[in-house]
Amino acid sequence: MAYFLQQLINGVTLGSIYGLIAIGYTMVYGIIGMINFAHGDIFMIGAFIALIAFLALTAIGVTAIPLALLLVLIVAIGLTAVWGWTVERVAYRPLRDSFRLAPLITAIGMSIVLQNFIQIAQGARVKPLQPVITGGYELYSQGSFTVIVSNIQILIVATTVLVMTGFWLLINRTALGRSQRACEQDRLMAALSGVDVDRTISLTFVLGAGLAAVAGMLYLLYYGVIDFFIGFIVGIKAFTAAVFGGIGSIPGAMLGGLIIGLIETFWSAYFTIEYKDVAAFSMLAIVLIFFPTGLLGRPEVEKV
Amino acid sequence: MSDSLLAAIIAFALFSLVLGLRTEDAATGLTLEPRPALLFTVVAIVFFGRLALNLFVWQAEYPLTAPFAKLFNSEPFDRRDRVTLAVAFVFGAGWLLIGLLFGEPVYELLGTVVVLFVGLGLLRRFIVQRFPNLPYAQMFIAGGILFALFFPIVTYALESMFRLGLPLRYWFDLSILILTYVMLGWGLNIVVGLAGLLDLGYVAFYAVGAYTFALLATHFGLGFWICLPIAGAAAALWGIILGFPVLRLRGDYLAIVTLAFGEIVRIVLLNWTDVTGGPNGIAGIPKPTFFGLPFSPFAEGMTFHKFFGIPYDGLHALIFLYYLILVLAFATNLVTLRLRRLPVGRAWEAMREDEIACRSLGINTTVTKLSAFATGAMFGGLAGCFFATRQGFVSPESFTFIESAIILAIVVLGGMGSQLGVAIAAVVMVGGFEALRHTEGLQAVFGEDFDPALYRMLLFGIAMVGIMVWRPRGLVSTRAPTISLGDGKNISGELVSEGRG
Repeated sequence: MAYFLQQLINGVTLGSIYGLIAIGYTMVYGIIGMINFAHGDIFMIGAFIALIAFLALTAIGVTAIPLALLLVLIVAIGLTAVWGWTVERVAYRPLRDSFRLAPLITAIGMSIVLQNFIQIAQGARVKPLQPVITGGYELYSQGSFTVIVSNIQILIVATTVLVMTGFWLLINRTALGRSQRACEQDRLMAALSGVDVDRTISLTFVLGAGLAAVAGMLYLLYYGVIDFFIGFIVGIKAFTAAVFGGIGSIPGAMLGGLIIGLIETFWSAYFTIEYKDVAAFSMLAIVLIFFPTGLLGRPEVEKV
Repeated sequence: MSDSLLAAIIAFALFSLVLGLRTEDAATGLTLEPRPALLFTVVAIVFFGRLALNLFVWQAEYPLTAPFAKLFNSEPFDRRDRVTLAVAFVFGAGWLLIGLLFGEPVYELLGTVVVLFVGLGLLRRFIVQRFPNLPYAQMFIAGGILFALFFPIVTYALESMFRLGLPLRYWFDLSILILTYVMLGWGLNIVVGLAGLLDLGYVAFYAVGAYTFALLATHFGLGFWICLPIAGAAAALWGIILGFPVLRLRGDYLAIVTLAFGEIVRIVLLNWTDVTGGPNGIAGIPKPTFFGLPFSPFAEGMTFHKFFGIPYDGLHALIFLYYLILVLAFATNLVTLRLRRLPVGRAWEAMREDEIACRSLGINTTVTKLSAFATGAMFGGLAGCFFATRQGFVSPESFTFIESAIILAIVVLGGMGSQLGVAIAAVVMVGGFEALRHTEGLQAVFGEDFDPALYRMLLFGIAMVGIMVWRPRGLVSTRAPTISLGDGKNISGELVSEGRG
């Protein structure tokens, strides 16, 4: 029971990070119908920016935890958002009305570019960060096993909930969210009714990159090591989460992230850790066989 | 001006932290090393590059790139175009001359590129204008086939007669690599280009073929020629096994499940140590034999060089491998071209264009999809079998997602469904990528410690984005329709649907 509870806590933490990244995939898919393969690498760049910002702040002597964290968060979100915007502008916008596979190829190309850029600029080695937040609470004890929820886990889940609430309000209550949903329904009609489609799509990428930056910072704090390759596997998992929940649906992405995080953690805890990715991917295939458009996805309308 | 400033500001924001500061390992953890000069250079390049583009190309009344575009689309020149081209040519020739005279590799490189670009463009334009009705595509294909057939024999004969010191081993290795990708591209083309099913896990079938041969050869001592059909059949079987559960999925759901399948295969190969050797892979896979005659200087019994009574040469084995993959690739191509005319091939193309219409015509889309998956997978498996015997060693390292991405990129960049395009794209991407290994010129430009190997993947990615933005429909974007009423006319790639599988 105690072991189960501990894994539940770990799984929810991991799931929160996946969920934040999955939103970036799902939003872009919803609005322009493409898989943004470079999104995982945007997350990786966010983590690197957060790491460097941390080190820079330490170098100039800002070490008070809440202040430093907040500054790093702002810097990471801001600069990663610029990366997201640039990627869209360079690789996707010129191909907006081209056929469907063209932006997929540029996205894969962009992913290779980003990975290798960071590898060249920052080196291929694993980058460690001293633990910034330590300590935790003992929740419950059973025999010799104690369930611990660490401060960092609390921070991750709390930040995720906060960011997602803010994001939810943004999508449902503001003009931006309205134009976004309009573009999702019908881009041409939205343009005719005065929505600036280009701007909306750019902002979608900026928002997605911002969320990925938050995820990147949390990942850095949680694991304490990053390298230029983390974007690939985490990105694929987050994308799997988005598909799981039904791509295009934002609550679906959150739910999918949570489920993938839980599957992975429980599989590692009770079975073999080597096959945790196999478990997550197989689960995806099984779910898709029964719900071909994901758990919360809208059924596809077949146009005749 | 303001636009360039904006670009510079954005570049500064992009690179300030990741390029301006470098993390270095130190005893106490990570430290930062500022690199203001590098950051400043990059931002300046962006600023001036953008300014130049705005002044002379994008917003200019007479874009400087126009005459170069006209070179290749055969529009008539006016006086200004002639002057621009002449100036470019004179400059290029001047650079080349200075480079050769004073030993400046930078000038040599620049000059050669400009002279070749303008010179070849003019030559092509001249020929096309003089003889507008020649069947260029067919001539090109015939030339390519002849070249592929005779290239190793002719170079080998020249080398052994005149001792020219040609780097034959390297050439053969590279052309074998390119042909492997051509074959993989043609195999995936059946699935993506003809049937319109987006498969992101194609490398799994390549892996199945390679491991099938590796296991059969090392455990049971079976030879290459017996294993080749077995590997193809095993991969086709896996294609069907994968195909079944995903039949109901469409478009991107299919893409992600195939990607997941590719990753599953790789992870299993990596962790099932008892059978696959795990990360160490399987070594000691036998080299191919010439119908039972081994290529070896020391082997017992009859060997290739003894049988033909010629001195031993390590290149014989390479030439044999070259022809082996050439035959396999041509077989893939021929089978594809034949299948396209058969009912099943027409059903694939119909399914790509419109699945619902296809179903309402009474075509069984289940069988159609499975046959496409199985056929494509089979060729992937054959290529994998070849790969295993060429390397003599297989490990999960060779079957990562990036391989799938490269093969898919070759198919899409070549122009979906175009056999010629796939071959050209494989040569351009794999050959060009490989050429970066040998760029003393670049080393001279960027200093001694510039390591082109590091930048190869970066440039590869940039090339993928660049080619796609420049020609979204691929390098060869027109092709003859498979069937037509009356005269067949070449159709533009714009008219071919991409399939939503």
